[in-house]
Amino acid sequence: MSFLGFLISGLSLGSVYAIMALGYTMVYGIAKMLNFAHGDVIMVGGYVIFTLGNTFGLPPFVSILIAVIICTSLGMLIERVAYKPLRSAPPLAVLITAIGVSYLLQNIALLIFGSNTRIFTSVVDLSTISIANGDLTITGETQVTILACVIIMIALTLFIKRTKPGQAMLAVSEDRGAAELMGVNVNATIALTFAIGSALAAIASALLFSTYTTLTSYSGAMPGIKAFVAAVFGGIGSVPGALLGGLLLGVIENLAKGLISSQVADAIVFGVLILVLLIKPTGILGKKIHEKV
Amino acid sequence: MKNKRANLKKILLKNNLLLYVIIIVVSAILLLFDQLGFVNHLTSGLFVPLCIYSILAVSLNLTVGILGELSLGHAGFMCIGAFFGAFTSVALVGVIDSGFLRFLIALFVATIATAFFGILIGIPVLRLKGDYLAIVTLAFGEIIKNIANILFVGVDANGIHVASSEKTLQLLEGGRIIIAGPQGISGTKNSFASTFFLGVVLLLITLFVILNLINSRSGRAIMSIRDNRIAAESIGINITKYKLMAFSISAAFAGVAGVLYAHNLSALTAQPKNFGYNMSILILVFVVLGGIGNIKGSIIAAIILTALPEYLRFLQEYRMLIYSIVLIIMMLFNWSPKAKVWKEQHSFKILYHRMINKKKIKEEI
Repeated sequence: MSFLGFLISGLSLGSVYAIMALGYTMVYGIAKMLNFAHGDVIMVGGYVIFTLGNTFGLPPFVSILIAVIICTSLGMLIERVAYKPLRSAPPLAVLITAIGVSYLLQNIALLIFGSNTRIFTSVVDLSTISIANGDLTITGETQVTILACVIIMIALTLFIKRTKPGQAMLAVSEDRGAAELMGVNVNATIALTFAIGSALAAIASALLFSTYTTLTSYSGAMPGIKAFVAAVFGGIGSVPGALLGGLLLGVIENLAKGLISSQVADAIVFGVLILVLLIKPTGILGKKIHEKV
Repeated sequence: MKNKRANLKKILLKNNLLLYVIIIVVSAILLLFDQLGFVNHLTSGLFVPLCIYSILAVSLNLTVGILGELSLGHAGFMCIGAFFGAFTSVALVGVIDSGFLRFLIALFVATIATAFFGILIGIPVLRLKGDYLAIVTLAFGEIIKNIANILFVGVDANGIHVASSEKTLQLLEGGRIIIAGPQGISGTKNSFASTFFLGVVLLLITLFVILNLINSRSGRAIMSIRDNRIAAESIGINITKYKLMAFSISAAFAGVAGVLYAHNLSALTAQPKNFGYNMSILILVFVVLGGIGNIKGSIIAAIILTALPEYLRFLQEYRMLIYSIVLIIMMLFNWSPKAKVWKEQHSFKILYHRMINKKKIKEEI
């Protein structure tokens, strides 16, 4: 594959990262916690779509819709049971709980679906576009992924800017205490954030596993961590930042994978995270946070 | 005042001494039983892993409990220790005959190397805090594992060669490859090194160093940073120095555990299973179950959680599931407001008082 080919598949992977990164960045911005289990919600979405599509033969659109509903409920359930009681706990406790939830989801999936790798059938039914006499091909999955990413970004930006719940989310992320005094229902807003993030996770799972078809109970964890890297890269708490970080990270990872090796690609992705945090901890589009004494 | 402090010191010393004595006595009994043939193969095979996990748990507790920062890269340091140790040990085959001496040299080299990497990684990492620190340690752990997988190291008359593939190694005639990329290091099994006796000695050394560190001036400085960084800084505590100290000592002992681990295997490879992020989480589970900041608890939790699934085979399948539930329940039980109220109502003190009061009321009647 050519350089341009890697670039385009990188943009496709980056779009998936961007959609996943939205879940991380919104939750981090509003609940001030790293939702480790987000990647595993994606895995759950993948299994739901796989089961509905392959076992029950439902059309892709319906199975994605059901996966969105299941993932949204799952995200809200996790928030209610595991995270809400720890609102006032130290960050260490919340992080350990999130890791626990992530492990719990992985192992439940392992018990239900076994350790065999499932091959995901692509939910996209579009033909591949060839450009420049077949030198450059863009698969149907890539087209749909990039399109879906753009639509989600625009919709989410409009939601946050134009609607009341969206404004409430902004207010809570700015100052939770002040928002509460102004009559914003903080708990409902945080639950809404988890719901949106998890719904996006379901869509991301359809796109991710259509391109990378191997599905195991661990296949959500690594993309999840990388999506968090993307969120940090773009600036945590910022929606356009998630898009930018996701795309950049996807391109970097795919170029490294194509030009060097896949072992090194992972190391480079994490190297990016370390560099970003050391040079500009707020990310490319993040706001500076002042530490209060 | 001075008297009081001396008393306190005595109590601490007594408590720690008691711990050492318990460990020595228990392991002596186990060794004796093993010699007499009372112990089955399964149990004797668990002896060294128990020591390894205990050392790992105690050393991670120094970072998580005493320094108060979550490190998800502990397995990475274990990996560094294991590879440096195994490399030294295998490279010295033919140079030094005594297996025990080879192990000691390997242990020394690996501990120094891991401590050095602990400082090297700690300098950038410790500038961060909270979630970011955790995720960056995870990143470093994964990078270490990935690098170990593509590393080729060979030895010949010219010295040590390092490369990223077998071809570019350019060994002279008679040279040999020691670390062979994804195949790792073979021939690491060292029957002198992987004994229960040595494992217990290393565990005791780990405990001695870490418990004394905690009860020293430096340890109090580290804990003051954990409790309130700004206050600690304002009374003139050098934050970076003490954070680095705790982090690198913790790393060094993970390296010690790694050396022991490497010598207990016949071939050492860096896989997600043994040096990946899952391993770091496993160690974290020991620390959390034993009580964050409680060194003795870490050992007990490590022993229980390592030995129990081996004996209860039907639990094996649910092992990781149980671990994850342990993490969640422990955190909810410790920190959720409802659990706090429940604990206050059901604490031993209050239950005791209630019992006494009931008796009194009965007597009055």
